[in-house]
Amino acid sequence: MFPFNFEWIWDMSHMVFHGGLWYALSIIGMGMTYCIIKAVVDTCRGKGRHH
Amino acid sequence: MDSALIPDGVKRCPISRFALGIVIVGAVLLWGVFAMLLVWIKGLNQTNMNNAYGFALWIWADLGVIALGGGAFFTGFLRYIVGKDELKNIINYAVLIGFICYSSALLILAIDIGQPLRGWFIFWHANVHSMLTEVAFCLSCYFGVLCVEYIPLLLENRQIDRVPFFHNLAHNMHEIMAVFAATGAFLSFFHQGSLGGVAGVLFGRPFGYREGIFIWPWTFFLFTWSAAACGPCFTILVTKLTEKIAGKKLVKDNVIELLAKISGWMLATYIVAKIIDTWYWAVVTAPSKGYALMDFYSGNPGSVYKIWLLAAEIVLGGVVPALILITAKGRRNSTALWIAVILASGGVLLNRWVMVLQVLAVPVMPFASWAMYFPSWQEIATTILPVAYGIILIMFSYRYLPIFPQEAELNPIERPGSGALESVQEDTAREADAAQDTDLAPASA
Repeated sequence: MFPFNFEWIWDMSHMVFHGGLWYALSIIGMGMTYCIIKAVVDTCRGKGRHH
Repeated sequence: MDSALIPDGVKRCPISRFALGIVIVGAVLLWGVFAMLLVWIKGLNQTNMNNAYGFALWIWADLGVIALGGGAFFTGFLRYIVGKDELKNIINYAVLIGFICYSSALLILAIDIGQPLRGWFIFWHANVHSMLTEVAFCLSCYFGVLCVEYIPLLLENRQIDRVPFFHNLAHNMHEIMAVFAATGAFLSFFHQGSLGGVAGVLFGRPFGYREGIFIWPWTFFLFTWSAAACGPCFTILVTKLTEKIAGKKLVKDNVIELLAKISGWMLATYIVAKIIDTWYWAVVTAPSKGYALMDFYSGNPGSVYKIWLLAAEIVLGGVVPALILITAKGRRNSTALWIAVILASGGVLLNRWVMVLQVLAVPVMPFASWAMYFPSWQEIATTILPVAYGIILIMFSYRYLPIFPQEAELNPIERPGSGALESVQEDTAREADAAQDTDLAPASA
């Protein structure tokens, strides 16, 4: 999973498999981070208070 | 008692009836949890799996729910990437069904691996030459995507939505949902395919083995294709069941019809590809390995593995529902639609059964005989467990979350005192006006 795992080899299989995994995890992680930070900013600006 | 939690403008059954339903289904759930604990505490000796059946009922259930849950990724793909806007009225339910199916699949895998405490090994010490590693990666990531798609629904609960931060968070998540939907479609393509690829690459098992392109056998593409075709059929089936149980219409006919039409064409093209694949396998691939078609369907005396199984999968589970769904007359006839979505869902389950269990049943040595298997009660209970869990989650979600955006419009509530039917459309319009004032449209819009 990580280059520091003892069985890690810098070959095509590891790069494709783990590249795909980290690509997907990055999109999910960055997407959620963006949403949370924007929600904090929006809330501080008073949006959504009509509820 | 819980009226403050129920979405605006809709009516729900009394809490006592709801609680009774939860208790009944909860009893089944507890039975499954008991069996699950037995397996975890005592080990896989609680099952009837053996040297011939390393994959058994659980793996079939896994592949089955993953195929049926394909409605979430394909509906999301159609809604957010292709731009079929009408599907916004059923996407919430498709996501919920997908969430249930994939969480069930992960639960079943957690039971099946025997040592769940070592479940993380597949990520940490990944075997990058295994299709199942790809399945584990994509399945877990896609479950993450489904959680991201389900969270805004939870945040739209009437009370949670009052908190400005949660309201803003749900709104922001809806805004970039297309990114998550695209990621989900990408992940689903690969894990659905790799599940098919597992059977297709078994060159020592001529019943499952297929040729293909590069590293991908034809079963890779057929599994993805069938999930995209039959997943939406299962979404329609559960929606229709929910409408029957709730006793009211929840989604407009044009939405169901659009989804049924797309599923129908997907199913029609899939079944043509499946017939070609079966024909090529029967006359070229299997003979090249020393088998004739009927060798796979000879079975033991009394065995279910006969040629009717192949006919049932292709004709009943594929051709018939495809013909119903691609014709406007078939889709618009309520009975025909019910039959089509039941047959399509059953057809894909039968396909997964055959590709998991018949592959293992067929003898591959001259001295071997057909391997038979019947699951233990623990396996059956733990397979029913996700069904009970799914029903409970649907009950709670339907009661407390705005799953069906068209429900209020389709079922106006009579206001006491007003003496007239006040359409909840007006409520929705008022809410939209209020939202416009604050520069925030309703998150479901």
